[in-house]
Amino acid sequence: MIAQIKPAQSASVGATHAVFIQRSILHSVRNTEALIMAIMLPIMLMLLFTYVFGGALDPGGNYVNYVVPGIILLCAGFGSSSAAVDVAGDMTNGIIDRFRTMPIRSMSVIVGHVIASLARNLVATAVVFGLALLVGFRPSAGFVEWLAAVGVITLFILAITWLYAAIGLVAGSPSAASGYGFALLFLPYLSSAFVPTHTMPAWLRGVADNQPITPIIETIRGLLTGSPIHDSAYWAVGWCALILAGSYLWASWSFHRKAGRR
Amino acid sequence: MMTAAIEMKGLRKAFGQHNVLDGIDLSVPAGSIFALLGPNGAGKTTIINILSTLVTPDSGSVRVAGHDITEKESVKRSISLTGQFAAVDEVLTAEENLRMIGRLSGLTKAEARIRAAELLEIFDLTASARKRVKTFSGGMRRRLDLALSLVVNRPILFLDEPTTGLDAQSRRALWDHIRQLARNGVTVFLTTQYLEEADQLADAIAVIAGGRVVAEGTADQLKSRIGGEVVELRDQQDEIIREIPAGSSIREVKKTIDELVLTAPEGSRINIRRPSMEDVFVALTTQEREESAI
Repeated sequence: MIAQIKPAQSASVGATHAVFIQRSILHSVRNTEALIMAIMLPIMLMLLFTYVFGGALDPGGNYVNYVVPGIILLCAGFGSSSAAVDVAGDMTNGIIDRFRTMPIRSMSVIVGHVIASLARNLVATAVVFGLALLVGFRPSAGFVEWLAAVGVITLFILAITWLYAAIGLVAGSPSAASGYGFALLFLPYLSSAFVPTHTMPAWLRGVADNQPITPIIETIRGLLTGSPIHDSAYWAVGWCALILAGSYLWASWSFHRKAGRR
Repeated sequence: MMTAAIEMKGLRKAFGQHNVLDGIDLSVPAGSIFALLGPNGAGKTTIINILSTLVTPDSGSVRVAGHDITEKESVKRSISLTGQFAAVDEVLTAEENLRMIGRLSGLTKAEARIRAAELLEIFDLTASARKRVKTFSGGMRRRLDLALSLVVNRPILFLDEPTTGLDAQSRRALWDHIRQLARNGVTVFLTTQYLEEADQLADAIAVIAGGRVVAEGTADQLKSRIGGEVVELRDQQDEIIREIPAGSSIREVKKTIDELVLTAPEGSRINIRRPSMEDVFVALTTQEREESAI
Protein backbone atom coordinates (compact mmCIF):
# COMPACT_ATOMS: atom_id res chain seq x y z
CA MET A 1 0.00 0.00 0.00
CA ILE A 2 1.42 3.31 -1.00
CA ALA A 3 0.48 5.83 1.65
CA GLN A 4 -0.74 9.14 0.37
CA ILE A 5 0.63 12.39 1.60
CA LYS A 6 -1.32 15.61 1.39
CA PRO A 7 -0.33 17.97 -1.39
CA ALA A 8 2.07 20.32 0.30
CA GLN A 9 2.48 24.03 -0.06
CA SER A 10 5.11 24.72 -2.68
CA ALA A 11 8.62 25.14 -1.33
CA SER A 12 9.61 28.76 -0.65
CA VAL A 13 12.26 30.41 -2.81
CA GLY A 14 14.62 30.40 0.18
CA ALA A 15 14.12 26.68 0.86
CA THR A 16 14.55 25.89 -2.85
CA HIS A 17 17.86 27.75 -2.98
CA ALA A 18 19.04 26.12 0.24
CA VAL A 19 18.28 22.65 -1.13
CA PHE A 20 20.09 23.28 -4.42
CA ILE A 21 23.11 24.87 -2.73
CA GLN A 22 23.37 21.89 -0.40
CA ARG A 23 23.08 19.54 -3.37
CA SER A 24 25.85 21.26 -5.33
CA ILE A 25 28.15 21.35 -2.30
CA LEU A 26 27.60 17.60 -1.82
CA HIS A 27 28.45 17.15 -5.51
CA SER A 28 31.66 19.18 -5.04
CA VAL A 29 32.74 17.28 -1.95
CA ARG A 30 32.06 13.90 -3.56
CA ASN A 31 33.89 14.68 -6.79
CA THR A 32 37.20 13.81 -5.17
CA GLU A 33 39.45 14.23 -8.23
CA ALA A 34 38.15 17.71 -9.00
CA LEU A 35 38.46 18.69 -5.33
CA ILE A 36 42.06 17.51 -5.12
CA MET A 37 42.87 19.39 -8.33
CA ALA A 38 41.18 22.54 -7.03
CA ILE A 39 43.45 22.50 -3.96
CA MET A 40 46.62 21.13 -5.58
CA LEU A 41 46.71 23.47 -8.56
CA PRO A 42 47.01 26.68 -6.49
CA ILE A 43 49.76 25.10 -4.40
CA MET A 44 51.71 23.99 -7.48
CA LEU A 45 51.29 27.33 -9.26
CA MET A 46 52.33 29.25 -6.17
CA LEU A 47 55.51 27.19 -5.78
CA LEU A 48 56.21 27.23 -9.54
CA PHE A 49 55.97 31.01 -9.89
CA THR A 50 57.86 31.74 -6.67
CA TYR A 51 60.74 29.29 -6.93
CA VAL A 52 61.06 28.47 -10.66
CA PHE A 53 60.19 31.73 -12.46
CA GLY A 54 60.53 34.08 -9.51
CA GLY A 55 64.34 34.11 -9.44
CA ALA A 56 64.62 35.07 -13.11
CA LEU A 57 61.82 37.63 -13.07
CA ASP A 58 63.00 39.40 -9.94
CA PRO A 59 66.44 38.36 -8.67
CA GLY A 60 65.74 40.35 -5.49
CA GLY A 61 63.32 37.64 -4.35
CA ASN A 62 60.41 40.06 -4.26
CA TYR A 63 58.42 38.41 -7.04
CA VAL A 64 56.09 36.64 -4.62
CA ASN A 65 54.66 40.03 -3.57
CA TYR A 66 53.97 40.84 -7.22
CA VAL A 67 52.48 37.52 -8.30
CA VAL A 68 49.99 36.57 -5.54
CA PRO A 69 46.97 38.41 -7.06
CA GLY A 70 47.70 36.78 -10.44
CA ILE A 71 47.78 33.30 -8.97
CA ILE A 72 44.53 33.93 -7.12
CA LEU A 73 42.77 34.98 -10.33
CA LEU A 74 44.30 32.14 -12.31
CA CYS A 75 43.10 29.63 -9.71
CA ALA A 76 39.67 31.26 -9.46
CA GLY A 77 39.33 30.98 -13.23
CA PHE A 78 40.34 27.35 -13.15
CA GLY A 79 38.16 26.52 -10.13
CA SER A 80 35.09 28.24 -11.60
CA SER A 81 35.44 26.41 -14.90
CA SER A 82 34.12 23.25 -13.27
CA ALA A 83 30.78 25.09 -12.89
CA ALA A 84 30.43 24.84 -16.69
CA VAL A 85 30.95 21.07 -16.52
CA ASP A 86 28.53 20.67 -13.59
CA VAL A 87 25.81 22.73 -15.26
CA ALA A 88 26.21 20.95 -18.61
CA GLY A 89 26.07 17.62 -16.77
CA ASP A 90 22.77 18.53 -15.14
CA MET A 91 21.28 19.82 -18.38
CA THR A 92 22.01 16.57 -20.22
CA ASN A 93 20.60 14.39 -17.42
CA GLY A 94 16.92 13.49 -16.90
CA ILE A 95 16.89 15.13 -13.47
CA ILE A 96 16.51 18.59 -15.00
CA ASP A 97 13.10 17.57 -16.42
CA ARG A 98 11.98 16.55 -12.94
CA PHE A 99 13.01 19.94 -11.54
CA ARG A 100 11.36 21.79 -14.40
CA THR A 101 8.03 20.02 -13.90
CA MET A 102 7.91 20.82 -10.18
CA PRO A 103 6.23 24.01 -8.95
CA ILE A 104 9.56 25.65 -8.08
CA ARG A 105 11.82 28.24 -9.65
CA SER A 106 13.94 25.64 -11.46
CA MET A 107 16.67 28.12 -12.39
CA SER A 108 17.70 27.78 -8.72
CA VAL A 109 19.54 24.61 -9.71
CA ILE A 110 22.04 26.86 -11.53
CA VAL A 111 22.23 29.22 -8.54
CA GLY A 112 23.14 26.15 -6.45
CA HIS A 113 26.10 25.39 -8.70
CA VAL A 114 27.23 29.03 -8.67
CA ILE A 115 27.17 29.33 -4.88
CA ALA A 116 28.97 25.98 -4.45
CA SER A 117 31.62 27.15 -6.92
CA LEU A 118 32.00 30.40 -4.99
CA ALA A 119 32.51 28.45 -1.75
CA ARG A 120 35.06 26.10 -3.39
CA ASN A 121 37.02 29.00 -4.84
CA LEU A 122 37.08 30.98 -1.62
CA VAL A 123 38.62 27.94 0.08
CA ALA A 124 41.20 27.69 -2.72
CA THR A 125 41.90 31.42 -2.34
CA ALA A 126 42.49 30.95 1.39
CA VAL A 127 44.93 28.14 0.57
CA VAL A 128 46.83 30.44 -1.81
CA PHE A 129 47.04 33.20 0.80
CA GLY A 130 48.19 30.76 3.49
CA LEU A 131 50.90 29.26 1.29
CA ALA A 132 51.93 32.70 0.01
CA LEU A 133 52.55 33.88 3.55
CA LEU A 134 54.69 30.78 4.15
CA VAL A 135 56.89 31.41 1.08
CA GLY A 136 57.51 35.07 1.86
CA PHE A 137 54.44 37.11 0.86
CA ARG A 138 54.41 40.22 3.04
CA PRO A 139 51.24 42.26 2.41
CA SER A 140 51.02 45.78 3.80
CA ALA A 141 47.20 45.77 3.90
CA GLY A 142 45.24 46.71 6.99
CA PHE A 143 41.86 45.22 7.90
CA VAL A 144 39.86 47.47 5.58
CA GLU A 145 42.19 46.79 2.62
CA TRP A 146 41.95 43.03 3.24
CA LEU A 147 38.18 43.26 3.37
CA ALA A 148 38.11 45.25 0.12
CA ALA A 149 40.53 42.81 -1.58
CA VAL A 150 38.44 39.79 -0.56
CA GLY A 151 35.37 41.69 -1.77
CA VAL A 152 36.88 42.25 -5.21
CA ILE A 153 38.03 38.63 -5.41
CA THR A 154 34.53 37.40 -4.42
CA LEU A 155 32.94 39.65 -7.04
CA PHE A 156 35.36 38.34 -9.68
CA ILE A 157 34.67 34.68 -8.78
CA LEU A 158 30.92 35.32 -8.86
CA ALA A 159 31.10 37.01 -12.26
CA ILE A 160 33.31 34.39 -13.88
CA THR A 161 31.29 31.52 -12.37
CA TRP A 162 28.08 32.89 -13.90
CA LEU A 163 29.94 33.18 -17.19
CA TYR A 164 30.99 29.52 -16.92
CA ALA A 165 27.44 28.55 -15.91
CA ALA A 166 26.14 30.22 -19.09
CA ILE A 167 28.79 28.40 -21.13
CA GLY A 168 27.66 25.14 -19.48
CA LEU A 169 24.07 25.91 -20.48
CA VAL A 170 24.81 26.48 -24.15
CA ALA A 171 27.35 23.65 -24.48
CA GLY A 172 25.91 20.41 -25.78
CA SER A 173 27.75 18.18 -23.32
CA PRO A 174 30.02 18.35 -20.25
CA SER A 175 33.14 17.72 -22.35
CA ALA A 176 32.19 20.49 -24.79
CA ALA A 177 31.63 22.81 -21.80
CA SER A 178 35.07 21.95 -20.53
CA GLY A 179 36.57 22.71 -23.95
CA TYR A 180 34.91 26.13 -24.35
CA GLY A 181 35.82 27.06 -20.80
CA PHE A 182 39.47 26.29 -21.40
CA ALA A 183 39.97 29.29 -23.67
CA LEU A 184 39.11 31.71 -20.85
CA LEU A 185 41.89 30.31 -18.69
CA PHE A 186 44.50 32.06 -20.86
CA LEU A 187 43.24 35.56 -20.11
CA PRO A 188 45.33 36.07 -16.95
CA TYR A 189 48.55 35.36 -18.91
CA LEU A 190 47.74 38.27 -21.24
CA SER A 191 47.46 40.75 -18.37
CA SER A 192 49.62 42.34 -15.73
CA ALA A 193 49.20 39.22 -13.59
CA PHE A 194 52.70 37.81 -14.05
CA VAL A 195 54.75 40.58 -15.68
CA PRO A 196 54.12 44.35 -15.94
CA THR A 197 52.43 45.17 -19.24
CA HIS A 198 55.15 47.70 -20.21
CA THR A 199 57.51 44.77 -20.82
CA MET A 200 55.23 43.49 -23.62
CA PRO A 201 55.36 44.48 -27.32
CA ALA A 202 53.18 47.54 -28.02
CA TRP A 203 50.36 45.67 -29.80
CA LEU A 204 50.09 43.11 -27.02
CA ARG A 205 50.29 45.82 -24.42
CA GLY A 206 47.19 47.40 -25.92
CA VAL A 207 45.32 44.13 -25.43
CA ALA A 208 46.69 43.52 -21.95
CA ASP A 209 45.98 47.02 -20.63
CA ASN A 210 42.39 47.03 -21.86
CA GLN A 211 41.18 43.58 -20.89
CA PRO A 212 39.23 43.03 -17.64
CA ILE A 213 41.87 41.00 -15.80
CA THR A 214 44.48 43.80 -15.66
CA PRO A 215 42.47 46.37 -13.64
CA ILE A 216 41.22 43.61 -11.32
CA ILE A 217 44.82 42.45 -10.73
CA GLU A 218 46.05 46.02 -10.21
CA THR A 219 43.25 46.70 -7.71
CA ILE A 220 43.92 43.57 -5.65
CA ARG A 221 47.68 44.15 -5.79
CA GLY A 222 47.25 47.77 -4.75
CA LEU A 223 45.01 46.86 -1.82
CA LEU A 224 47.34 44.12 -0.58
CA THR A 225 50.80 45.58 -1.20
CA GLY A 226 50.17 49.33 -1.49
CA SER A 227 51.12 49.69 -5.18
CA PRO A 228 49.29 52.58 -6.95
CA ILE A 229 45.71 51.71 -7.96
CA HIS A 230 44.72 54.90 -9.86
CA ASP A 231 41.35 54.35 -11.57
CA SER A 232 41.77 50.53 -11.74
CA ALA A 233 39.28 50.01 -8.91
CA TYR A 234 36.43 51.54 -10.93
CA TRP A 235 37.37 49.52 -13.99
CA ALA A 236 37.66 46.36 -11.91
CA VAL A 237 34.23 46.71 -10.30
CA GLY A 238 32.71 47.88 -13.57
CA TRP A 239 34.07 44.92 -15.56
CA CYS A 240 32.95 42.44 -12.88
CA ALA A 241 29.45 43.97 -12.71
CA LEU A 242 29.19 43.93 -16.51
CA ILE A 243 30.35 40.29 -16.81
CA LEU A 244 28.07 39.30 -13.94
CA ALA A 245 24.97 40.99 -15.36
CA GLY A 246 25.65 39.87 -18.93
CA SER A 247 26.35 36.27 -17.92
CA TYR A 248 23.31 36.10 -15.66
CA LEU A 249 21.05 37.30 -18.47
CA TRP A 250 22.70 34.95 -20.95
CA ALA A 251 22.31 32.04 -18.51
CA SER A 252 18.61 32.76 -17.76
CA TRP A 253 17.82 33.17 -21.42
CA SER A 254 19.59 29.92 -22.33
CA PHE A 255 17.98 28.06 -19.44
CA HIS A 256 14.47 28.97 -20.54
CA ARG A 257 15.16 28.56 -24.23
CA LYS A 258 16.50 25.07 -23.68
CA ALA A 259 13.32 23.92 -21.94
CA GLY A 260 12.32 20.47 -23.06
CA ARG A 261 15.14 20.07 -25.54
CA ARG A 262 17.89 17.63 -24.91
CA MET B 1 -19.01 11.13 -12.24
CA MET B 2 -15.96 10.59 -14.41
CA THR B 3 -14.26 13.81 -15.44
CA ALA B 4 -11.39 14.13 -17.85
CA ALA B 5 -8.02 14.48 -16.15
CA ILE B 6 -6.30 15.16 -19.45
CA GLU B 7 -7.82 16.50 -22.66
CA MET B 8 -6.09 17.23 -25.96
CA LYS B 9 -7.82 18.70 -29.00
CA GLY B 10 -6.12 19.24 -32.34
CA LEU B 11 -2.69 19.12 -30.76
CA ARG B 12 0.11 19.94 -33.20
CA LYS B 13 3.84 20.33 -32.83
CA ALA B 14 6.59 20.62 -35.40
CA PHE B 15 10.32 20.73 -34.84
CA GLY B 16 11.64 22.61 -37.85
CA GLN B 17 10.16 21.02 -40.97
CA HIS B 18 9.21 17.81 -39.19
CA ASN B 19 5.60 17.45 -37.98
CA VAL B 20 6.00 15.43 -34.83
CA LEU B 21 2.36 15.70 -33.78
CA ASP B 22 -0.18 16.11 -36.53
CA GLY B 23 -3.52 16.75 -34.81
CA ILE B 24 -3.92 14.63 -31.68
CA ASP B 25 -7.32 14.34 -29.95
CA LEU B 26 -7.36 12.34 -26.74
CA SER B 27 -9.28 12.33 -23.49
CA VAL B 28 -8.17 10.52 -20.32
CA PRO B 29 -10.73 9.95 -17.53
CA ALA B 30 -9.60 10.76 -13.98
CA GLY B 31 -8.36 7.78 -11.99
CA SER B 32 -7.64 5.56 -14.99
CA ILE B 33 -4.45 4.13 -16.46
CA PHE B 34 -3.98 5.32 -20.01
CA ALA B 35 -1.30 3.90 -22.31
CA LEU B 36 0.10 5.63 -25.34
CA LEU B 37 1.47 2.91 -27.54
CA GLY B 38 3.76 3.56 -30.44
CA PRO B 39 7.14 2.90 -32.05
CA ASN B 40 10.21 5.08 -31.56
CA GLY B 41 9.74 8.49 -33.11
CA ALA B 42 5.94 8.30 -33.07
CA GLY B 43 5.68 11.41 -30.88
CA LYS B 44 5.03 9.76 -27.51
CA THR B 45 7.70 11.67 -25.61
CA THR B 46 6.66 14.95 -27.26
CA ILE B 47 3.11 14.44 -25.96
CA ILE B 48 4.41 13.73 -22.44
CA ASN B 49 6.67 16.80 -22.65
CA ILE B 50 3.76 19.00 -23.71
CA LEU B 51 1.45 17.65 -21.00
CA SER B 52 4.14 18.18 -18.36
CA THR B 53 4.79 21.83 -19.46
CA LEU B 54 8.30 21.16 -20.83
CA VAL B 55 7.38 21.87 -24.44
CA THR B 56 4.93 24.45 -25.79
CA PRO B 57 2.55 23.13 -28.47
CA ASP B 58 2.20 24.95 -31.80
CA SER B 59 -1.59 24.74 -31.80
CA GLY B 60 -4.52 22.93 -30.26
CA SER B 61 -6.02 23.06 -26.79
CA VAL B 62 -4.62 21.03 -23.92
CA ARG B 63 -6.10 20.80 -20.43
CA VAL B 64 -4.42 19.00 -17.56
CA ALA B 65 -6.27 18.57 -14.25
CA GLY B 66 -8.75 21.21 -15.38
CA HIS B 67 -6.10 23.83 -16.12
CA ASP B 68 -5.11 25.09 -19.52
CA ILE B 69 -1.52 24.06 -20.26
CA THR B 70 -0.46 27.70 -20.40
CA GLU B 71 -1.20 28.03 -16.66
CA LYS B 72 2.09 26.29 -16.00
CA GLU B 73 2.27 26.77 -12.24
CA SER B 74 -1.20 25.29 -11.64
CA VAL B 75 -0.46 22.36 -13.93
CA LYS B 76 2.87 21.69 -12.20
CA ARG B 77 1.06 21.49 -8.87
CA SER B 78 -1.09 18.64 -10.23
CA ILE B 79 1.47 16.44 -11.96
CA SER B 80 4.64 14.50 -11.48
CA LEU B 81 6.87 13.16 -14.22
CA THR B 82 9.04 10.09 -14.49
CA GLY B 83 10.87 10.72 -17.72
CA GLN B 84 12.42 8.33 -20.17
CA PHE B 85 15.91 8.78 -18.75
CA ALA B 86 15.95 7.98 -15.05
CA ALA B 87 15.53 11.41 -13.44
CA VAL B 88 17.66 10.69 -10.41
CA ASP B 89 20.77 12.36 -9.04
CA GLU B 90 23.53 9.79 -9.40
CA VAL B 91 25.94 11.53 -7.06
CA LEU B 92 23.49 11.48 -4.15
CA THR B 93 22.23 8.43 -2.26
CA ALA B 94 18.70 7.11 -2.68
CA GLU B 95 17.71 8.65 0.64
CA GLU B 96 19.25 12.02 -0.22
CA ASN B 97 17.39 12.03 -3.54
CA LEU B 98 14.07 11.45 -1.80
CA ARG B 99 14.73 14.04 0.89
CA MET B 100 15.81 16.59 -1.71
CA ILE B 101 12.59 16.15 -3.71
CA GLY B 102 10.59 16.21 -0.45
CA ARG B 103 12.11 19.55 0.53
CA LEU B 104 11.56 20.94 -2.98
CA SER B 105 7.93 19.83 -2.77
CA GLY B 106 7.41 21.95 0.32
CA LEU B 107 7.82 19.35 3.08
CA THR B 108 9.71 20.31 6.21
CA LYS B 109 13.03 18.58 6.92
CA ALA B 110 11.38 16.20 9.38
CA GLU B 111 8.48 15.38 7.04
CA ALA B 112 10.88 14.81 4.16
CA ARG B 113 12.94 12.41 6.26
CA ILE B 114 9.90 10.38 7.34
CA ARG B 115 8.48 10.29 3.81
CA ALA B 116 11.86 9.17 2.40
CA ALA B 117 12.00 6.27 4.86
CA GLU B 118 8.43 5.21 3.95
CA LEU B 119 9.08 5.24 0.22
CA LEU B 120 12.41 3.39 0.57
CA GLU B 121 10.49 0.68 2.43
CA ILE B 122 7.65 0.49 -0.13
CA PHE B 123 10.02 0.29 -3.09
CA ASP B 124 12.31 -2.22 -1.41
CA LEU B 125 15.30 0.12 -1.35
CA THR B 126 15.88 0.38 2.40
CA ALA B 127 19.02 -1.79 2.26
CA SER B 128 20.53 0.51 -0.38
CA ALA B 129 19.26 3.78 1.09
CA ARG B 130 22.75 5.08 1.88
CA LYS B 131 24.40 3.95 -1.34
CA ARG B 132 25.05 6.37 -4.15
CA VAL B 133 22.64 5.93 -7.03
CA LYS B 134 25.61 5.59 -9.43
CA THR B 135 26.01 2.01 -8.14
CA PHE B 136 22.32 1.07 -8.66
CA SER B 137 21.02 -1.48 -11.20
CA GLY B 138 18.51 -0.40 -13.86
CA GLY B 139 15.60 -1.82 -11.87
CA MET B 140 16.61 -0.05 -8.65
CA ARG B 141 17.02 3.24 -10.51
CA ARG B 142 13.57 2.93 -12.02
CA ARG B 143 12.01 2.13 -8.63
CA LEU B 144 13.73 5.15 -7.09
CA ASP B 145 12.63 7.24 -10.06
CA LEU B 146 9.00 6.25 -9.49
CA ALA B 147 9.36 6.78 -5.72
CA LEU B 148 10.61 10.33 -6.41
CA SER B 149 7.42 11.03 -8.36
CA LEU B 150 5.33 9.95 -5.36
CA VAL B 151 6.96 12.00 -2.62
CA VAL B 152 3.86 14.17 -2.48
CA ASN B 153 0.45 13.24 -3.78
CA ARG B 154 -0.11 14.66 -7.24
CA PRO B 155 -3.32 13.57 -8.97
CA ILE B 156 -1.69 12.92 -12.36
CA LEU B 157 1.42 10.85 -12.97
CA PHE B 158 3.30 10.75 -16.30
CA LEU B 159 5.51 7.75 -16.99
CA ASP B 160 7.56 7.83 -20.18
CA GLU B 161 8.50 4.26 -21.11
CA PRO B 162 8.73 3.21 -17.47
CA THR B 163 9.99 -0.32 -18.04
CA THR B 164 12.24 0.04 -21.10
CA GLY B 165 15.46 -1.85 -20.45
CA LEU B 166 14.20 -3.72 -17.39
CA ASP B 167 14.23 -7.48 -16.90
CA ALA B 168 10.91 -9.34 -16.64
CA GLN B 169 10.93 -9.48 -12.84
CA SER B 170 11.62 -5.75 -12.34
CA ARG B 171 9.01 -4.98 -14.97
CA ARG B 172 6.34 -6.95 -13.10
CA ALA B 173 7.28 -5.34 -9.79
CA LEU B 174 6.92 -1.89 -11.36
CA TRP B 175 3.57 -2.84 -12.91
CA ASP B 176 2.28 -3.78 -9.44
CA HIS B 177 3.28 -0.37 -8.11
CA ILE B 178 1.54 1.38 -11.00
CA ARG B 179 -1.69 -0.61 -10.50
CA GLN B 180 -1.62 0.23 -6.80
CA LEU B 181 -1.38 3.94 -7.63
CA ALA B 182 -4.42 3.78 -9.87
CA ARG B 183 -6.37 2.04 -7.10
CA ASN B 184 -5.52 5.03 -4.92
CA GLY B 185 -7.13 7.33 -7.45
CA VAL B 186 -4.06 8.60 -9.32
CA THR B 187 -4.48 9.12 -13.05
CA VAL B 188 -1.57 7.38 -14.76
CA PHE B 189 -0.59 8.40 -18.29
CA LEU B 190 2.17 6.18 -19.62
CA THR B 191 3.93 5.57 -22.90
CA THR B 192 5.23 2.21 -24.00
CA GLN B 193 6.55 0.31 -26.98
CA TYR B 194 5.25 -2.98 -25.60
CA LEU B 195 1.79 -4.23 -26.46
CA GLU B 196 1.91 -6.55 -23.45
CA GLU B 197 2.56 -3.66 -21.09
CA ALA B 198 -0.40 -1.69 -22.38
CA ASP B 199 -2.47 -4.89 -22.25
CA GLN B 200 -1.49 -5.63 -18.64
CA LEU B 201 -1.91 -2.15 -17.22
CA ALA B 202 -4.13 0.13 -19.18
CA ASP B 203 -7.85 0.77 -18.99
CA ALA B 204 -7.60 2.49 -22.35
CA ILE B 205 -4.96 2.52 -25.06
CA ALA B 206 -4.24 4.90 -27.89
CA VAL B 207 -1.93 3.75 -30.65
CA ILE B 208 0.01 6.51 -32.31
CA ALA B 209 2.18 6.41 -35.41
CA GLY B 210 3.60 9.28 -37.39
CA GLY B 211 2.16 11.86 -35.00
CA ARG B 212 -1.44 10.69 -35.34
CA VAL B 213 -3.76 8.49 -33.31
CA VAL B 214 -4.33 5.42 -35.47
CA ALA B 215 -6.45 3.43 -33.00
CA GLU B 216 -8.07 3.88 -29.63
CA GLY B 217 -9.85 1.57 -27.25
CA THR B 218 -9.38 -1.13 -24.63
CA ALA B 219 -6.76 -3.83 -25.11
CA ASP B 220 -9.43 -6.33 -26.21
CA GLN B 221 -10.94 -3.94 -28.73
CA LEU B 222 -7.54 -3.32 -30.29
CA LYS B 223 -6.64 -6.99 -30.44
CA SER B 224 -9.87 -7.83 -32.20
CA ARG B 225 -9.01 -5.24 -34.83
CA ILE B 226 -5.59 -6.77 -35.38
CA GLY B 227 -6.85 -10.34 -35.53
CA GLY B 228 -5.52 -13.44 -33.86
CA GLU B 229 -2.50 -15.67 -34.33
CA VAL B 230 0.21 -15.20 -36.90
CA VAL B 231 1.61 -18.23 -38.74
CA GLU B 232 5.25 -17.90 -39.73
CA LEU B 233 6.61 -20.05 -42.54
CA ARG B 234 10.36 -20.67 -42.20
CA ASP B 235 12.84 -22.33 -44.55
CA GLN B 236 15.53 -24.86 -43.60
CA GLN B 237 17.89 -22.07 -42.53
CA ASP B 238 15.14 -20.85 -40.17
CA GLU B 239 14.67 -17.65 -42.18
CA ILE B 240 11.10 -16.36 -42.36
CA ILE B 241 9.60 -16.84 -45.82
CA ARG B 242 6.07 -15.59 -45.12
CA GLU B 243 3.97 -14.33 -42.24
CA ILE B 244 0.25 -15.01 -42.48
CA PRO B 245 -2.35 -13.52 -40.10
CA ALA B 246 -4.53 -16.51 -39.26
CA GLY B 247 -7.44 -15.39 -37.09
CA SER B 248 -7.87 -16.56 -33.51
CA SER B 249 -9.87 -19.82 -33.60
CA ILE B 250 -8.30 -23.26 -34.02
CA ARG B 251 -10.40 -23.76 -37.13
CA GLU B 252 -9.04 -20.61 -38.78
CA VAL B 253 -5.45 -21.48 -37.88
CA LYS B 254 -5.88 -25.02 -39.22
CA LYS B 255 -7.34 -23.69 -42.46
CA THR B 256 -4.35 -21.39 -42.93
CA ILE B 257 -1.91 -24.24 -42.31
CA ASP B 258 -3.80 -26.57 -44.65
CA GLU B 259 -3.50 -24.02 -47.43
CA LEU B 260 0.20 -23.54 -46.66
CA VAL B 261 0.93 -27.26 -46.91
CA LEU B 262 -0.04 -27.16 -50.57
CA THR B 263 2.43 -24.42 -51.52
CA ALA B 264 5.21 -24.60 -48.92
CA PRO B 265 8.59 -25.81 -50.18
CA GLU B 266 9.94 -29.16 -49.00
CA GLY B 267 11.64 -28.98 -45.56
CA SER B 268 10.00 -25.73 -44.43
CA ARG B 269 8.67 -25.37 -40.89
CA ILE B 270 5.98 -23.27 -39.25
CA ASN B 271 5.69 -21.31 -36.02
CA ILE B 272 2.49 -19.93 -34.53
CA ARG B 273 2.73 -16.78 -32.43
CA ARG B 274 0.67 -13.93 -31.04
CA PRO B 275 0.70 -10.69 -33.02
CA SER B 276 3.75 -8.58 -32.25
CA MET B 277 3.91 -4.86 -31.86
CA GLU B 278 5.06 -4.65 -35.46
CA ASP B 279 2.01 -6.57 -36.67
CA VAL B 280 -0.16 -4.12 -34.74
CA PHE B 281 1.42 -1.17 -36.46
CA VAL B 282 1.42 -2.75 -39.86
CA ALA B 283 -2.24 -3.68 -39.44
CA LEU B 284 -3.35 -0.35 -37.99
CA THR B 285 -1.34 1.94 -40.21
CA THR B 286 -2.36 0.08 -43.39
CA GLN B 287 -5.98 0.19 -42.26
CA GLU B 288 -5.66 3.92 -41.74
CA ARG B 289 -4.10 4.42 -45.17
CA GLU B 290 -6.83 2.36 -46.82
CA GLU B 291 -9.55 4.26 -44.99
CA SER B 292 -8.14 7.63 -45.97
CA ALA B 293 -7.80 6.46 -49.58
CA ILE B 294 -11.54 5.81 -49.87
